Amino acid sequence: MVTPVVQRLAKESGATPFTVFTQDDPSFPNGVDSIDDTDLAMSWHHNIETVPTLIRVEGGRELERTVGWVRSEWRSVTGVDDLGSELVEFRPGCGSLSVDPNLVDELRVRYSGSELHARRIEIAELEDDMEALFARGWTDGLPVVPPTESRVMRMLGGTSLAPQEIVAIVPPDLVELTVEKIATNAVMAGCLPEYLPWVIAAVQAVCTDEFNMHGVLATTMPVGPVIICNGPGTRAIGMNSGVNVFGQGNRANLTIGRAVQLTIRNVGGGRPGEIDRAAHGMPGKLSFCFAEDEVGSPWTSLASSRGLDSNVNAVTVFAGEGPRCVVDQLARDPEQLAKSLAECLLTVQHPKLPFVFDALLVVGPEHGRVFADAKWDRQRLIEFLHSQLQLSGVDIIRGARGMAEGVREQFRDATLPKFRPGGILLAHAGGGAGLFSAIIGGWTNGPKGSDPVTKVVGT
Amino acid sequence: MTSTVLDPTNERQKATRQLVARPKSLDGLTVGLLDISKARGDIFLDRLEKRLTEIGARVKRYRKPTFTKPAPIDLRHEIATTCNVVIQALAD
Repeated sequence: MVTPVVQRLAKESGATPFTVFTQDDPSFPNGVDSIDDTDLAMSWHHNIETVPTLIRVEGGRELERTVGWVRSEWRSVTGVDDLGSELVEFRPGCGSLSVDPNLVDELRVRYSGSELHARRIEIAELEDDMEALFARGWTDGLPVVPPTESRVMRMLGGTSLAPQEIVAIVPPDLVELTVEKIATNAVMAGCLPEYLPWVIAAVQAVCTDEFNMHGVLATTMPVGPVIICNGPGTRAIGMNSGVNVFGQGNRANLTIGRAVQLTIRNVGGGRPGEIDRAAHGMPGKLSFCFAEDEVGSPWTSLASSRGLDSNVNAVTVFAGEGPRCVVDQLARDPEQLAKSLAECLLTVQHPKLPFVFDALLVVGPEHGRVFADAKWDRQRLIEFLHSQLQLSGVDIIRGARGMAEGVREQFRDATLPKFRPGGILLAHAGGGAGLFSAIIGGWTNGPKGSDPVTKVVGT
Repeated sequence: MTSTVLDPTNERQKATRQLVARPKSLDGLTVGLLDISKARGDIFLDRLEKRLTEIGARVKRYRKPTFTKPAPIDLRHEIATTCNVVIQALAD
């Protein structure tokens, strides 16, 4: 449609040079000397999203542009007052080939691939991609997606951070961790680009001195990072906070947690049998990540309880073991139910070991409703649980009740709390049917072990 | 067709270090005993200190703040500069 306009501008371009680039047919428009941009380099580097795009350049700098055909704008950009009088006032343009979904990944590698610094590894024609990655020791025992340049570039589109920005020092090898390396492992884990900011935040959270990823790896106990996600972004990326919340089936939950673990394995060097000395480990060391059900919750969220606004996207990491179920199908008032929860919390790691281990209590919706109906807020439930979990020294000293394990004799007359202040973390998640909750026991807490860490998710 | 992937690792060669030759005798040497601060490690090290002193070694004792984290760099440096030999002990 704009052919006559372009022909006129080319013809009258004496004082003001006029240059035409074409993306597909260099002979178009007829009678105009156009520059061949079939490799789309010019289009890519000038962020052309629509054709035609008209740009006014002075002294090598772009001053203004217009896209499609808007007569008034073409007149203003070119300074030709009667331009296109024979045409309608407005027509939208077409999508530029440089943003064609079928081409964009290849173009990104071709023109922006130099942003990637990692060593390139060629996989031979006769090698199977998947087997080659297993053979190099880069997987967690399950197949991974081969991290090609185009996939890693696409993944990097999920964050505004630069690929070479160092976002953490990752244990156990204490390696400077770039966004590019996280993105590469996120590709392998099966993430979508929109998950990447969550992976970065979770990796940053576990790579703190407070969380102590080195110790979480090195311990013989069966713990790994449990990642609890909060904020409206959990719903935007389709995380699961409901049915089968700790289980299989949700891509975001599974691959965010897996990307964190692959990053620690591949970049940090934390591999089982080497620095990872767990006696039993647990399946959640492949991935243990879920969203809190905030919409249906009787309480403020876990992240809110740790000082963040409810509209902030955040991850909390907790060094935890596998979840186990608390069954109470009969309690209809909050005291009864809370007593059941307390009795089960008592057994975390060992019923005779107080104070050393924290716990994450995930209350299911049907249990949550009992507290909601009675208007028990988060603080009231936690205080009640603590009040039920005061242990008499005589019951838990070494040898008491026929069990060697326990606290030293000197505590015989003391009353010891099962959990330290703040040692019970409370979240709300799970399917809508089932009068159950879940307990995730922790590892050694405090400066000698691990403290939970909450981190805001960036963009 | 060959395919190309990006290396997902830290791309660092493992640092291989030459071990110092073992001394023929500990007589007159300074032996550092590093307690990683796991329970009862001190009992084991007390016994070692006694035995080492009997054979003429000078013993210096050190302790990590927690067994769950690597020894602080200052502590490692102190041991490296003041001892000829180090024994790191774990007991549980």
